[in-house]
Amino acid sequence: MNTSSAQVPSVQTQKMRMQYLQDIGFEKLTMVFAATTLVALLGIIISLLISAWPALKEFGIPFFYTVEWDIINSQFGGLIAIFGTVATATIAILIAVPLSFGIAVFLTETCPMQLRRPLGTAVELLAAVPSIIYGMFGLFVFAPIFADYIQPALAGTFGQVPVIGYLFTGAFNGIGILAAGLILAIMILPFIASVMRDVFEIVPPILKESAYGLGCTTWEVVTHIVLPYTKGGVVGGVMLGLGRALGETMAVTFVIGNAHKISPSLFSPGNSIASTLANEFGEAEPGLHYSSLFALGLALFLITFVVLSLAKWMLIRAENKKGFKT
Amino acid sequence: MNSASSISASDGSTHPVSKMNTQESINMSIYAKRKRTNLIGLFLSMSAMTLGMAFLLWILSVLFFKGFSAFSVDFFLNKTPGPDSVGGGLGNAIIGSLMIVVSCTLISTPIGVMAGIYLSEYGQKSKFSEITRFLNDIMLSAPSIVIGLFVYALIVVNVRHFSGWAGTLALTLIAIPVVVRTTENMLSLVPVSLREAAFALGAPKWKVSLSIVLKAAKSGVMTGVLLALARVSGETAPLLFTALNNPFFSFDMNAPIANLPTVIFQFAMSPYQNWVDLAWGGALLITLSVLGLNIFARSYFKEKISV
Repeated sequence: MNTSSAQVPSVQTQKMRMQYLQDIGFEKLTMVFAATTLVALLGIIISLLISAWPALKEFGIPFFYTVEWDIINSQFGGLIAIFGTVATATIAILIAVPLSFGIAVFLTETCPMQLRRPLGTAVELLAAVPSIIYGMFGLFVFAPIFADYIQPALAGTFGQVPVIGYLFTGAFNGIGILAAGLILAIMILPFIASVMRDVFEIVPPILKESAYGLGCTTWEVVTHIVLPYTKGGVVGGVMLGLGRALGETMAVTFVIGNAHKISPSLFSPGNSIASTLANEFGEAEPGLHYSSLFALGLALFLITFVVLSLAKWMLIRAENKKGFKT
Repeated sequence: MNSASSISASDGSTHPVSKMNTQESINMSIYAKRKRTNLIGLFLSMSAMTLGMAFLLWILSVLFFKGFSAFSVDFFLNKTPGPDSVGGGLGNAIIGSLMIVVSCTLISTPIGVMAGIYLSEYGQKSKFSEITRFLNDIMLSAPSIVIGLFVYALIVVNVRHFSGWAGTLALTLIAIPVVVRTTENMLSLVPVSLREAAFALGAPKWKVSLSIVLKAAKSGVMTGVLLALARVSGETAPLLFTALNNPFFSFDMNAPIANLPTVIFQFAMSPYQNWVDLAWGGALLITLSVLGLNIFARSYFKEKISV
C-alpha cells in the first residue's frame, strides 16, 4: 500500500526530471552548434596568424607598406596588393553609391506599385549572380569596349586636366585598376541598393505624408526627411558594400591585370590581395612566399572585419529606430 | 504672409503694384527652381534604375548568347577535354560540383538550424547570443578566399593533399551563417501564442522548439537552406585551394575533384578557344541554377506564408 502510493508520484517526478534533463541537454546542444561560427571565426584568425608568422617575424610591420614583391630573392611586401584592394574598392564605392541611392529612391518613391515587387526582385537577383560571371563578363565583353571607347574618351577629357590627368594616362588595355573598380561597382550595386531600399522603408509614412502635406516635392522629401532619418542605415549599407568589394576575388582577378606594380595611372594593371592569393597561392612553395601570402590574407580579413563590424553596428542602430515608429 | 499677399494680389487689393510683382516673381522663381530640382533628381534616380536593369539584361544576354551554343549532350556527359581538342564537356565537373554542394548542404543544414533554434528560442537576450549574432552576420560577408586559406591551413596542409572534403568544409563555413540567419528570422516570426499553447499542454521546451516552432516555420527554413545552396554553388575562390581540380571523372571525395567554378576559372583564363567556349557554357549553367534556386526559394516561401 505504502510503497505503491509513494511510487505514483515518484514515477511522475522521475519523468519530470527526465524531461528537465532532456531540456537542459537540448539547450546545451543547440548552444554548441551556435558556437560553431564563433569557433570558426577564432580558428580563421588563429590559423592565419600561425601561418603568417614567419613572414611577419621576418619583415615586421614594414611588410604592410613595402612595395617589393620579389619571389626569387624572397623579399616580400604587401603594399601593391593592399593598394590594389583599396583602390578598386574605393572606385567601386564612388560609382555604386550614387547609383544605388537612385535605385533605392526609385523603388521606394516613384516606382508604380505593381512594378515595385518585380523590380525589387530583379535587383536582388542581380545580387545573386555568382561573382565569377561578373569576372568573365568583365574580361570578355566589358574590357574590349572599355579599351576602344571609354578609355580614349576619359584620356581625352579628364586626362587633359593638370593634376587628375595622371590618373587617366597609359595604354588603353581595357584591363587594370579602373576596369576592376567598374566591374566591382556593378557587382556591389544591387547589395547596397537592396539595403538602402530596406532602410528607406523603415521611415514612418506619417513623416513623409506630413512633408508632402506642407507642399514638399518628392525630391525634398527624400533629401530632407528620408535621408536624415535613415542616415545610419544608409552608411551601414555602404559599408556592407565596401566589405564585399574589398574581399571580392573572382570579379577582380579577371580584369585587374595581375601585374605586380604600382602606378599613379588607373589604366595600368595591378593586383589586389584577393587576386594575388588566387594567382600565386597554388604555386607557392612552403616558406616565406607562402607565409607572406597568408599575411596578406590576414590583412584582408582584418580590414574587412573592421569594415563589416562598423556596417553591422550602424545597421543595428538604424534598426532600433524602428521601435520609435509613430 | 507670403500666401496672404499673393491672395490679396489676385483679388486686386491695395498693395503697391511694384512690390506685389517682385514678391510674386520671387515666389515663382523659387517654385520653378524646386520643381526643376525635383525633376532632375527623379530623372537621375530613374536613369540609375534603368542603368542597373540594363546591366542585368546585358550580362544575362551575353551569357545566354555565348553559353547556350556550348550546350550539347557531350557537354553534360563527357569529361573535360585537353587544350585545342574537339569535343569533351563538363560532365566530371558537374558531378563533382553536385557532390560537394550536396554534402555541404547536408552538413550545414542541421548545424545552422540548431544554431538558429538556440538564438531564437533560448538566447534572445544573452550576451553570448548577441555576440554570436554579430559575428554570424560578419561571417555572412567575410571574404570567401580567406575561408579557403583557413581550410587549406587546417586540412590540406595536415593531410598533404587537396580533397573534395576540404572543399565541402570551406563551402559549409560559408553556408552556415546564411542558414543560421534565416532560421532565426523565420522562427521569431512564429506567434508566441503557439508556443504557449504547447507549453500549457505540458510539452517540454525541446519538443516545442522541434515539433511546434520549427514545424510552423518549415517553409521559411527551407528557403534559407535553398538560398545557402544558391550562394555556395557559385563560390569559386574557396575551392581553388581546397578541392582543386581533376581532369577525370572521380567520385572520391578524399581526393582532388573537378568542380564547375574552378574549371570555369581555369578555362576562361586560358588562351584555348574550346576551353573558353566550355567556360561560357559552365557559367550559363551555374547562373541558371543559382537564379533558378533563388526564384524557387522566394516563390516557395511566399506561397506557404499566404496559406
